[in-house]
Amino acid sequence: MAYSDKVIDHYTNPRNVGTLDKSSHKVGTGLVGAPECGDVMRLQIQVDDNNIITDAKFKTFGCGSAIASSSLATEWLKGKSVDDAMKIDNMDIVEELALPPVKIHCSVLAEDAIKAAINDFRVKNGMEPIALEKSHH
Amino acid sequence: MNIPIYLDNNATTPMDPRVLEAMLPYFNEKFGNAASRNHPFGWVAEEGVDYAREQVAKLIGASEKEIIFTSGATESDNLAIKGVFEMYKEKGNHIITAVTEHKAVLDACKHVEKLGGKVTYLAVKEDGLVDLEVLEAAMTPETILVSIMYGNNEIGVIQPVKEIAAIAHKYGALFMTDATQAVGKISVDVNRDGIDLLALSAHKMYGPKGVGALYVRRKGPRVKVTAQMDGGGHERGMRSGTLNVPGIVGLGKACEIAGAEMASEAIRLSALRDKLESALTVLEESYVNGNVEHRLPHVANISFKYVEGEGLMMAMKDLAVSSGSACTSASLEPSYVLKSLGLSDDLAHSSIRFGLGRFTTEEEVDYAVEVTKTAVTNLRNMSPLWEMFKEGIDLDSIEWAEH
Repeated sequence: MAYSDKVIDHYTNPRNVGTLDKSSHKVGTGLVGAPECGDVMRLQIQVDDNNIITDAKFKTFGCGSAIASSSLATEWLKGKSVDDAMKIDNMDIVEELALPPVKIHCSVLAEDAIKAAINDFRVKNGMEPIALEKSHH
Repeated sequence: MNIPIYLDNNATTPMDPRVLEAMLPYFNEKFGNAASRNHPFGWVAEEGVDYAREQVAKLIGASEKEIIFTSGATESDNLAIKGVFEMYKEKGNHIITAVTEHKAVLDACKHVEKLGGKVTYLAVKEDGLVDLEVLEAAMTPETILVSIMYGNNEIGVIQPVKEIAAIAHKYGALFMTDATQAVGKISVDVNRDGIDLLALSAHKMYGPKGVGALYVRRKGPRVKVTAQMDGGGHERGMRSGTLNVPGIVGLGKACEIAGAEMASEAIRLSALRDKLESALTVLEESYVNGNVEHRLPHVANISFKYVEGEGLMMAMKDLAVSSGSACTSASLEPSYVLKSLGLSDDLAHSSIRFGLGRFTTEEEVDYAVEVTKTAVTNLRNMSPLWEMFKEGIDLDSIEWAEH
């Protein structure tokens, strides 16, 4: 199966690989997936006082599409408000990276990681976690 | 050195130029139908087939009358298992095989189950070998066939076929072996090993695709299989269909070359394989899968914990290898062979199979080591699991969300 140029680009030059201080109340961490499924994504966001995401980092155990999906997600998150970040849909990732049907679960995982990171941030800051509709898998 | 480097010789092998050369005349000037008995065109084709039959028989210590040409090992496996079941079902309806067999064997067995047969799928030991005591305990008076592969395609372990054959015979069953990965790589002898039926394929030993053979014993005992393809009664009635003469000639030549060269090749390849393996297991948390004593000389299957196989292969794009990760398949299930060794799913997802071959050079192996080491290191730096492992977090203590 051939990868799209965008997947190869993100895979070869992943954006924003790294770790933020997960104990900081400004940082939200989402860890999703499972090793036995072959995909684990950890996505972190740093949020400023205006509710704007100033930094985003990821680390991913997974195939090329999983790594590219998380790399793209961090790129999109930076500069967005938390509310706008909540609106990122996995199908946007599928479209941008031209993921084939067998790789759609990678985009779902990235969307889940974003929402998990936001909820972690909310809970840390005394807000209710946002109830998540059961996603597509 | 040509990039990418081909290290997937268990999937298929490139054709040896000597094989191609032997085949070429049979595509044009010697185009006859080997079954045309009444003119020279047919005789010439038949001569080519007869000679190939001798070459194949010689490699496995058989007589040429015991070789049935087929389209490949999948067909041979099907013919052997379904054919034996149909022929011997009055005697018994039980077949024994192992969970690590190739799908051609497993799925043929499932077909037999639909026809009312009973099949025992033996678990294997952690090193991939069949436990002889477990096999013997599974034998019943109804057992007509034991089918255990010679060498495994994913991890390369060589089963104790001689001992397995002895157990099968002790209980009056036939012994069949899918020797696709072993024939032409190591010494296989149907009489020494007690084999009654054996499947082999040309394209795993530097021959063409689309041709293989089934060995069917003629003496002590005389084994019969019910044909699965009806038609002109070719191949002593066991496999109808006009013979693939160029392919068969190629298979014959491939067998001849393997017979002459495999002893020295095995020494060269196992040295290269050991070099690759010792250089890569220097990496932390890397594990060789399968028994390391009883195995084919050219296969190394290594799990690099905390990186995912398909992602790893993408980083090793200069190398053509394969992985036990099934990230590309719809099921998302990792290799059933690795799982049956007791490997956890994550280690199975993290495995890479290196299959060396006749045309693999030491320079290529050295390059493969460097590429692999760099890729594993880079991906671990990107892996949350590696970070957690380094922080001393027990990954089993985490409640992972199933997805």
